[in-house]
Amino acid sequence: MASIVEPESAAPHDHGHHGDHPEFLAHHFETPQQQYDSGKLGMWLFLINEVLFFSGLFVAYAVYRSNHPEIFVYAHQFLDKNLGAFNTVVLLFSSLTMAWAVRHAQLVNNRGLITCLAVTIGCAIMFLGVKAVEYSHKWDIGLYWAARFAPTDHHEGSSTLIWACLPFIIFSVALAAATAVSKWRQYEQGFRFYGILFLASLAFYVGLGSGIAVPAVMGSGDSHGAAHEQVAAHEQPAASHQVVLAHDDGAHLETADEEMPRNVGIFFSIYYMMTGLHVVHIIAGIIALSWLLWRALKRQFQAEYFGPVDSVGLYWHLVDLVWIYLFPLMYLIH
Amino acid sequence: MADTQQATYPQTAHGDAHHGGEHAHASFAHPMAPRMLIGVFLALVGLTVITVVAANFPLGEWEIVVSLTIATIKAALVILFFMHVLWDKPFNALVFISSLAFVTLFMGITLIDSKEYQPDIDQRVIERGPAEVVAPAEP
Repeated sequence: MASIVEPESAAPHDHGHHGDHPEFLAHHFETPQQQYDSGKLGMWLFLINEVLFFSGLFVAYAVYRSNHPEIFVYAHQFLDKNLGAFNTVVLLFSSLTMAWAVRHAQLVNNRGLITCLAVTIGCAIMFLGVKAVEYSHKWDIGLYWAARFAPTDHHEGSSTLIWACLPFIIFSVALAAATAVSKWRQYEQGFRFYGILFLASLAFYVGLGSGIAVPAVMGSGDSHGAAHEQVAAHEQPAASHQVVLAHDDGAHLETADEEMPRNVGIFFSIYYMMTGLHVVHIIAGIIALSWLLWRALKRQFQAEYFGPVDSVGLYWHLVDLVWIYLFPLMYLIH
Repeated sequence: MADTQQATYPQTAHGDAHHGGEHAHASFAHPMAPRMLIGVFLALVGLTVITVVAANFPLGEWEIVVSLTIATIKAALVILFFMHVLWDKPFNALVFISSLAFVTLFMGITLIDSKEYQPDIDQRVIERGPAEVVAPAEP
């Protein structure tokens, strides 16, 4: 690969302090471009692993849906497609700001890079806020994975929502404390890093608010979570029971003497595994983006050294891609 | 749009990224035009709206085809533009597409096989009664 790059571009300018080798350039690479291309190929290989990793769950979904479509048709009514669509747009917007961050990194616009990274982190955290509302609404009415699946008609307030929010409240408080301590110790880099992350963490509460407001505004509030009043007793899960269901697209409630298909819990096992693994990837993405933010604040990215931004960007877009498929497969079943 | 991009930020033959001031970039960088980024984003949002609206119509068997087709168009937009595969080395695109080939094999062969066991499951349900099969495991 070195043959296609002219030798004089190996060290166009004296960035580094190692003679003709810029500081960002690892010693085993001849040129910045060689380093960039190698890193990028490595990232694509990692993305292959990610695709195959997720594909196991998509295969599980395909097998169960092809064998038991009735489970999916029945269970999707417990998912609010307006919230799913809202979260899709949040993730798409974060992909836009991520792609824009790569542009800023390539043009060495450090302030723009920091802004775009912060907005991307904020969108990721906001996605988790909406997800917290969705998950807790299901837990409140006993819609757990198959082993714990026990739909109930009563729901004990929103206690599960508080549990889902607790890690994020601790996260925000810890970041606020770190910002204050950094300010007090006059640690400028820490102050800016923790301060920006603290502001981004507030997006979680915007996500919470949206998760509660969107169903209300879109008139699908009655179809989501707590309003999915399961009127009947469920002592005999296999028995027929009355369920009051509202469809996503209308505010009207309809009483259905609907028989719950056998093994509905399997849908929720698949749902929690797929969206849960996706959430794990979102959290990993937030950590990777924070790492970029730290380095951007240190002004470590240069015209010939933006590979890390590009690679994290590729990862982030893949997380978006997974959601692009999860959304119709989970929320838009008929 | 790629042409306007080239005009604004001419690609240089050598890695002399530091001569052009604020808007210079390395020869191997390809900054995307803001117009293109926003255009792709708006297209993605538009397709999301279309797929949600389409879900309101009873499409029957075609529902999954329509929603997955729209999802695939969205995925293509993200891969080609946001992940700038259009301007990346073709080898990287080949590497990524090869993963999709393996996913197809994985899914196809598993699906062919999966129906084989349905009679066993049905037999088990008949023998043991549906309630027993369905009852959630006690924690």
